[in-house]
Amino acid sequence: MKEQWLGFNAGPWQENINVRDFIQLNYTPYEGGAAFLSGPTERTGRLMDKLNYLLELEKQAGGVLNIDTNTVSSLTNYKPGYLDKANEIIVGLQTDQPLRRGVNPFGGVNMTRKACKAYGYTLSEKIEEMFRYRTSHNEGVYRVYTDEIKRARHCGIITGLPDAYGRGRIIGDYRRVALYGVDFLIRQKEADKRRLGEGVMLQDNIRLLEELFQQINFLGKLKEMAQMYGFDISGPAGNAREAVQWLYFGYLGAIKEQNGAAMSLGRVSTFLDIYFERDIKNGVLSEEGAQELMDDLVIKLRMARHLRTPEYNELFAGDPMWITEALGGTGEDGRTLVTKNTFRMLNTLYNLGPSAEPNLTVLWSEALPEPFKRFAAQVSCDTDSIQYENDDLMRPEYGDDYAIACCVSAMRIGKDMQYFGARANLAKLLLMSLNGGRDEKTGQQLGPETAPYEGEVLEYGKVLERLDYYRPWLAKTYVNALNMIHYMHDKYAYEKTQMALHDTEVRRLMAFGVAGLSVLADSLSAIKYARVRPVRSKDGLITDYAIEGEYPAYGNDDDRVDLIAKQQVELFFEELKKNPTYRGAEHTLSVLTITSNVVYGKKTGATPDGRKAGEPFAPGANPMHGREKNGALASLNSVAKICYDTCRDGISNTFSVVPDALGSGDEERSDNLVALLDGYFERKAHHLNVNVLNRETLIDAMEHPGKYPNLTIRVSGYAVTFDKLSREQQQEVIDRTYHRVM
Amino acid sequence: MMGAIASFQSMGAVDGPGLRCAVFMQGCPLRCQCCHNPETWVPGAGTQISVEELTDRILRYRSYIKKGGVTVSGGEPLLQAAFVAELFRRLRQEGIHTALDTSGYGDLAAVRELLNVTDLVICDIKFTDETIFERFCGGQLQQVYDFLALTAEMRVPLWLRQVIIPGLNDNEKSVLQLKKQAALYPNAEKIELLPFRKLCVTKYEELGIPFPLEDTPECPDETIRTLKLLLSETENSP
Repeated sequence: MKEQWLGFNAGPWQENINVRDFIQLNYTPYEGGAAFLSGPTERTGRLMDKLNYLLELEKQAGGVLNIDTNTVSSLTNYKPGYLDKANEIIVGLQTDQPLRRGVNPFGGVNMTRKACKAYGYTLSEKIEEMFRYRTSHNEGVYRVYTDEIKRARHCGIITGLPDAYGRGRIIGDYRRVALYGVDFLIRQKEADKRRLGEGVMLQDNIRLLEELFQQINFLGKLKEMAQMYGFDISGPAGNAREAVQWLYFGYLGAIKEQNGAAMSLGRVSTFLDIYFERDIKNGVLSEEGAQELMDDLVIKLRMARHLRTPEYNELFAGDPMWITEALGGTGEDGRTLVTKNTFRMLNTLYNLGPSAEPNLTVLWSEALPEPFKRFAAQVSCDTDSIQYENDDLMRPEYGDDYAIACCVSAMRIGKDMQYFGARANLAKLLLMSLNGGRDEKTGQQLGPETAPYEGEVLEYGKVLERLDYYRPWLAKTYVNALNMIHYMHDKYAYEKTQMALHDTEVRRLMAFGVAGLSVLADSLSAIKYARVRPVRSKDGLITDYAIEGEYPAYGNDDDRVDLIAKQQVELFFEELKKNPTYRGAEHTLSVLTITSNVVYGKKTGATPDGRKAGEPFAPGANPMHGREKNGALASLNSVAKICYDTCRDGISNTFSVVPDALGSGDEERSDNLVALLDGYFERKAHHLNVNVLNRETLIDAMEHPGKYPNLTIRVSGYAVTFDKLSREQQQEVIDRTYHRVM
Repeated sequence: MMGAIASFQSMGAVDGPGLRCAVFMQGCPLRCQCCHNPETWVPGAGTQISVEELTDRILRYRSYIKKGGVTVSGGEPLLQAAFVAELFRRLRQEGIHTALDTSGYGDLAAVRELLNVTDLVICDIKFTDETIFERFCGGQLQQVYDFLALTAEMRVPLWLRQVIIPGLNDNEKSVLQLKKQAALYPNAEKIELLPFRKLCVTKYEELGIPFPLEDTPECPDETIRTLKLLLSETENSP
């Protein structure tokens, strides 16, 4: 056995890359409470003070502290950078200075140029010159986009497409770097390459061979990068500190190379616990020391940055990286995957203060130990910084070594990758169907032309027929656009470091999404149960709707409308699946908007549910605010009806409750939140963002920027610092339903 | 059996233990000036619903309320005691905890059957001073005490509560009187003091009814803390 592996239980993981096998044979489940946890050391406190100071400077500078416009971001292009060289336990920055952003034009040089300009910088002539002779992903896509796709994109029926930035949502198995060391990984890839070389040389094989060449090349660069910081990561990590450092180097390499939209960390806490336990047992690590390592890792993660344009932030607010870490869950053998280190990771929110990143995600299972459930709920009530996803729902599909990309996308670590696909606007699809394929805002013909709806009153059956006619058009246009995007991304901005930390043969998922689900469901319900008269403009375009009578609204546990929502999701998914995907990816679907529900709403005219033109949609699968009349659980039950089998890429629900409505003391609130989560997930719901806070606090924070610098809130699938939202987005968050009982 | 409800709230976490569904019954014999639910006053208004339908509705939330239950409030649930008794009987068959949130004002003959199927009584004694009670609630305090004596006789666990209203009962004497009263009932498990709030003002405006305590200030949290301390420090706590 390698000396770094001494003390570990032997198994197949030693012969071939198999991190799950290593975890299962070596981890120590923890069923106890949080009393063992340590607070921050003085060193951690000083480091955090330094970071907080820099964060304040960053805020004062308009959100971006500094940009290096002369260097293209990659693994070895910057000198080593430090927050506080003498006192850091875990090292490595994206560029040579903390919070300094690099430029990464591989996704699109135009976006990079605009982002520099927005913050008062100019992309250097050197880089401009370089990219005159190099095709970016964005340029590739626009070479092939059809006019129809461009129109669909422009009017906002399909929006947020990763055609001008890094697609992200790929999770490297960063644990492999620590467990095996880079040389072992290179040898495995070289063996794969030799094996592939014996096959028939056609497109798929040739492409994969070139990708393998790049993967091996970048594994070499990863070693070089670590060397610049004084570490040799060619062999396995030999102790806890090295394990954290090696793993972080893997992640650091990935974010230096890629400015992907969402760059998850994976599921590292329980893996690292094995190293911590070994060192603690050997008497070379204390509890305080273990917590300090996790705190230092999280400080590094909180400094990760990408350079984005202000328009990008309009869609995905708050400068997010989605450094999602999945915590807990239950193993296939029934043992809990919670370890002491799972607690330590949550404890960073106390030691370092609440924060949007990393995006801590608890994989909730009925079988989780009660003390862990209560601790997580307590952390939620105290910090609003964690989200919950249903492990009992995902485990049968993804096993017990999956992680979450971005907000709600499950994938098996190192075995699945995703082609991220933003979302189609279903509310707009309805309006377009009624208008015979024209955009209700501009009158432009988007899809096939038919006669607009002619009757005085909208009839449910006729409206459904129209949706059935236009849905295939939208699905086809959408799949085609994504196929083009991912073909070009693979070609011009391939994720070399991250894919090197995957198996060579991966399962590919193509993640489609929908926005405006509650608006569509309520609109159809209004058409069916109330009387809706279309209001036409002079040129015959339907631009508004007059509603008489009441209709059952989504969010009240009323099957009459909830089943409409469920059915519309299924119909769209069935239609998507009829269109073949690039590289044979499996179709998946999400109901998730992130913060784009505001922009989507802006781009959508008045809808038959009574929503006015331009008003924001509800986020994700949430009911429209103000329409929930039967309390919080009824709202949760409505969302739980959207079927995960149809939406394997996730169903996002953001839940806000005032503290007093959740119980009258801290302990009671935690217990009730546990009951709520247990109850919701027993109904096969998928995801819940939890905010326990008073609306008045948010209003005060909006009126007095800077008064609550660490006020973190959960939006659709991730967390943001409230101060980083635009005023419009802040208002939308405040307008949402806050469950309260008088 | 049919009953009239004012509303159904799928989640309540402050009226009884754990996460609960809350049913607000329609109709009330009292007119307490601090009432938060004026829409529930008039008997016969509200929505007619059968015990079966209401039970089915509640069972949709079964997964959440395993450690909590159902609280029936109002209005005054004792006005429709037979209906509530039937509902509680059904809920108990399903293993669901039943709590009755009442002012204690009703026909005792009908109440006995209801208390037989009630797991917890939460009784809001508005005031322990007969004169104030009559003036601010429009009823006889003795009726409430008779009800409480019945809960003691039937050994139904009891929580007592009182809304603390500045100028009316926010004093030591009143709170100690409440405590003394509570000591008479061996089934009493705790006393909850709730701050007077005016969130209900908009409801009064919508209904076009003047809110009698419009000029009374809300109760500061500090007062509640002080009075709670008084409850826990003195002896004979129930």
